[in-house]
Amino acid sequence: MTLSRVLRISALLLVLFAAVCLASLCIGVVSIPAKDLLSVLAGAFGGSPSSPSEEQIILLNVRLPRILFAGIVGASLSSGGVVFQALLRNPLADPYVLGISGGSALGAIIGIVLGAGSFCLGVPFLAFCGALATVFLVFFVAGGTRGLLLDNTLLLAGVVVNAFFSAAILFALSVVNSMELHSITFWLMGDLSGADGKEMILAALCLLAGFGILYAQARKLNLMVQGEETALQMGVNVRTTKYILLCVTSLVTAVAVSLAGIIGFVGIMVPHMMRLVFGSDHRLLLPAAALFGASFLVVADTLARTMIAPAELPVGVITALCGAPYFIFLMRRKGRG
Amino acid sequence: MPVIEAKNLLFRYTDKPVLNGVSFALDAARILAVIGPNGSGKTTLLKMLNATLFPDQGQVLLDGRDTRRWTRREIARAVAIVPQESSAIFPFFAEEIVLMGRFPHLGSIAFEDKKDYRIVREAMTQTDCLAYARRRFNELSAGERQRVLIARALAQEPKVLLLDESTVFLDLKHQARFLFMLRELSRVQHLTVVFVTHDVNLAAQNADAILLLYNGKKYAIGTPADVLTVQNIKEVYDVDVGIDSNPHNGLPRVTLFT
Repeated sequence: MTLSRVLRISALLLVLFAAVCLASLCIGVVSIPAKDLLSVLAGAFGGSPSSPSEEQIILLNVRLPRILFAGIVGASLSSGGVVFQALLRNPLADPYVLGISGGSALGAIIGIVLGAGSFCLGVPFLAFCGALATVFLVFFVAGGTRGLLLDNTLLLAGVVVNAFFSAAILFALSVVNSMELHSITFWLMGDLSGADGKEMILAALCLLAGFGILYAQARKLNLMVQGEETALQMGVNVRTTKYILLCVTSLVTAVAVSLAGIIGFVGIMVPHMMRLVFGSDHRLLLPAAALFGASFLVVADTLARTMIAPAELPVGVITALCGAPYFIFLMRRKGRG
Repeated sequence: MPVIEAKNLLFRYTDKPVLNGVSFALDAARILAVIGPNGSGKTTLLKMLNATLFPDQGQVLLDGRDTRRWTRREIARAVAIVPQESSAIFPFFAEEIVLMGRFPHLGSIAFEDKKDYRIVREAMTQTDCLAYARRRFNELSAGERQRVLIARALAQEPKVLLLDESTVFLDLKHQARFLFMLRELSRVQHLTVVFVTHDVNLAAQNADAILLLYNGKKYAIGTPADVLTVQNIKEVYDVDVGIDSNPHNGLPRVTLFT
């Protein structure tokens, strides 16, 4: 693996992301032809004195934030998936595997029921707290006795805690009223329509900082995949590395989940696709998955908001619709091998 | 000063000690074979020598310094191990696996440079696995994988090489080649080798000294002729053997009576 290869492929995927974003800007209930796109954007940023046109408002205040938000969430979930799959040495792991989905969902539901939606960041904040509380609970359950986090115990603890929260969520769903039920369902399926400036900047900063830390561990991740004992014998301080990776990934995922809800399959599918194409070296895999994940979710969200326009689908429906068949394909292939 | 020295090692996973009062010292460029029945503590001893485990009592000295006071990276630059088996759940090329051996010599984000690639290629040539450098590690046969893992250990450029049953999957040609390479490395580059094996003849032919473990204790240590006696083997392994001397080099040769 060389630096130039990583930069070349990243640049390529960045161009893909830009192209996807531009295409997505044009598509929608109001279709804006590609040739008008430039003039509208130029008009907006050129500081034209006239009041903004309808098209400008649609592009800059509605579509652009949402597209960027989808990109941020897609990148967070995909890089999270890469790290969890490597750390737990399990191809079925996804960023929610430590119970982050269940915990954040419960937090969000509590927020929605209590009417926290009227406060700035109310529901996301509670969802975030739920996610973090769950991660600590899982750490505690898995490593409580020996202070050592073993892959399988961790995975099992995540599954158990998630199952518990699912029960709590079902309970909550059966007692709330229908208005709340609708917003909860949308939240549970993943929803990118609620993008607002402050939240986005927060998520972007978390992603950038988190990704930087994760990338610094990329070579260690390569060794961790070979087994913890091997990593140790090659000079990796396994325990510290593991804690750093688990904490940072959980944080990045928790932020994305608390803002966008539970968008399934992105974090499990994109890492596998990238591994098939670019191999398993995490120095390339991490940026490739982040960039491709961003593009993937932008496409999925564009479909979600146009397929039954003017109504919208939750984006999680689209990702699951692509994800489940892909996953079956992957498992069948694996079964043959 | 010995390169590696074990002092009175005691270690237990549960109540019963796996190692109990094992001591030895090994000078540079020496080859030590560790033999003993199943469960006698051979692998645990290896893990102690590269600080994968630390003894409950006693200490392991590398270059005269307790392994507890080395950093992980320092140890990985000094000691390499070839494990019995290794499985990768995600597809890596054989070459990528060998490149990982360069980890302790680089920073954590750093990319390998020309020198690293040269070392890796050399190691892969030595173990005859360059031909499948661009094949997936998990699609190789057990013997081919073992050659890759040996190359990885060589790429670490260690002073001490630990081998855990590292020849079991190798065919005759590659076994001969590997053992010859070990002796060459030991003679020319002063590599110190500790290898665990069940094959007493392999130990007799290739080691300068043999350590015979029995129930976690040092039963005997010395030259192959000292350690491999009919009586020792009867007591430790509970089998009857005949021992004569190999007509080609005069070293002891063990024949199992079945």
